[in-house]
Amino acid sequence: MARIRDIAKVCKSKNAGPFELTIDVVFDDAALFERVRATRVLGPALFARLYDVAPDDVLFTEYPAGFAFKATIPRKIAAGDVGDTDVYGAQQHAPLLDVDIPV
Amino acid sequence: MKAFRLLSTSGILGYGFPEESLQAGLAREPDMLGVDGGSTDPGPYYLGSGKCLNSRLAMKRDLALMVRGAVAHKIPMVVGSCGGAGGEPHLQAVVELVREIAREDGLHFKMAVIHSEQDKATVKRGLAEGRVQALRNVPALDDATVDRASRIVGMMGPEPFMRALDEGAQIVLAGRSSDPAPWAGCAMRAQMPPAPSWYAGKMLECGATASLPKGHDCLLATVRADGIEVEPLNPIRRCTPLSVANHSLHENPSPCFHIEPGGMLDTSDCRFDAVSDRAVRVSGMRWEQKPYTVKLEGAELVGYRAMTVCGTRDPLLIAGVDDFLAAVRRNVEDKARAFGVPPEQYKLVIRTYGRDGVMGPAEPVAEIRGHELGFVLEAIAPTQEIANAVLAIARVNMLHVDFPGRLCKEGNMAFPFSPSDTEMPPLYRFSVFHTLAVDDPCAPFPIEYETV
Repeated sequence: MARIRDIAKVCKSKNAGPFELTIDVVFDDAALFERVRATRVLGPALFARLYDVAPDDVLFTEYPAGFAFKATIPRKIAAGDVGDTDVYGAQQHAPLLDVDIPV
Repeated sequence: MKAFRLLSTSGILGYGFPEESLQAGLAREPDMLGVDGGSTDPGPYYLGSGKCLNSRLAMKRDLALMVRGAVAHKIPMVVGSCGGAGGEPHLQAVVELVREIAREDGLHFKMAVIHSEQDKATVKRGLAEGRVQALRNVPALDDATVDRASRIVGMMGPEPFMRALDEGAQIVLAGRSSDPAPWAGCAMRAQMPPAPSWYAGKMLECGATASLPKGHDCLLATVRADGIEVEPLNPIRRCTPLSVANHSLHENPSPCFHIEPGGMLDTSDCRFDAVSDRAVRVSGMRWEQKPYTVKLEGAELVGYRAMTVCGTRDPLLIAGVDDFLAAVRRNVEDKARAFGVPPEQYKLVIRTYGRDGVMGPAEPVAEIRGHELGFVLEAIAPTQEIANAVLAIARVNMLHVDFPGRLCKEGNMAFPFSPSDTEMPPLYRFSVFHTLAVDDPCAPFPIEYETV
């Protein structure tokens, strides 16, 4: 088992417009990307559970050209609206860091 | 093969860039020079209030170098989403800076100013005709929401830029624009196909962000019929196939499908090849034409705000922080009601740093592991006076509310500032985030010409 924080090159979040949040996990090379992909851990169900959204609301993309996985989810509070904690959405990645990938 | 070269100075006008990078870029004889001016990313305040994202001083510095470069090399200079949000006050702030630079440097050129603010009656007519669609995760639009908006802008595509250049403008300053549109417009006007033109725009709108190390700097893109080449101008940076491929992830819902005015850029089958140790060639992009839509962005005033910051180092308080904050809220409610402000007139938002200040209810860690907690208290109300009053009574109660086992009888909180309470600019929210179907891509964006 390996935690994402130990094997990923990039793990980041950002707004994709004010109403959505997009989260990227990027690996070093095609070999590691394929090993991670084969585990099927990174997928809509994981993001739905970590971010408390419906799996159907997760737009999940495997992006082999960038050795990356991307999930886009609705923001519960639009950027800058009452009670928002993260206008840029740049610090919502942390729950992924400790996810174990059986590679 | 025919090629068209485009130079971008940075990710946003006013972020700054090394002057040497611009000179290195100009030495490569680009066909145009440009910069993206904005984003919705810093939040709704800028669109709502009419304030610019970046300072006048920083924007003037970037613009002066660019205008001088464009005039000296006799090439067009285009700026999209002027001033951040691209509304009329933002656009006029940038127009005024360019006039000032021209006066100071004795420069002369034909300037086009492309407006993007949308008339509410026009938006409501589009709504009535069924030409308005909500974007993902956005409620349907109605007349009342249009009426409440402080400002609505339309996001232009490449066509208004092409028209302004056709009319002989050398400097083109535009309101809200799709980020890649200024570049895509210049390349398509030079007979390049849409797919590589849009792809080049997607790279250029972020300056050298797609290079390593990342930084606010200049990027050169060469568009040909079958693909593009990108290269940073600063010798400390390089583009790699991976850094360029991964730029497709940036602020997009999907790395493969990019919705733009009039179509979709499909990057699913792109190839990324190194052409040197610092330049990358991208090919295989496709453009799928779709019915033309213009994105509308609007912001409305929610209320007036006041805030304070404080912290506790008391382990007994930290152990019972939820009960403590509930007690503060009860006291605020009673005291505010007593001075004539019922709870439905305000919102009191308390962010607790050290517990869930960053993620709010989405925070998976329940246990508090730190020895201190920080609080940001924010009161939101229909008037500044009420916001100030609610915030003040909340601050008093944070300091003095009793809690079980309390030893710190003189005060619960450390306040770092006097005055402890601060008025904030008003709170706006994005209220319009919809598309409007149009027949003529230029019609919503009137162009004015001026000889400077």
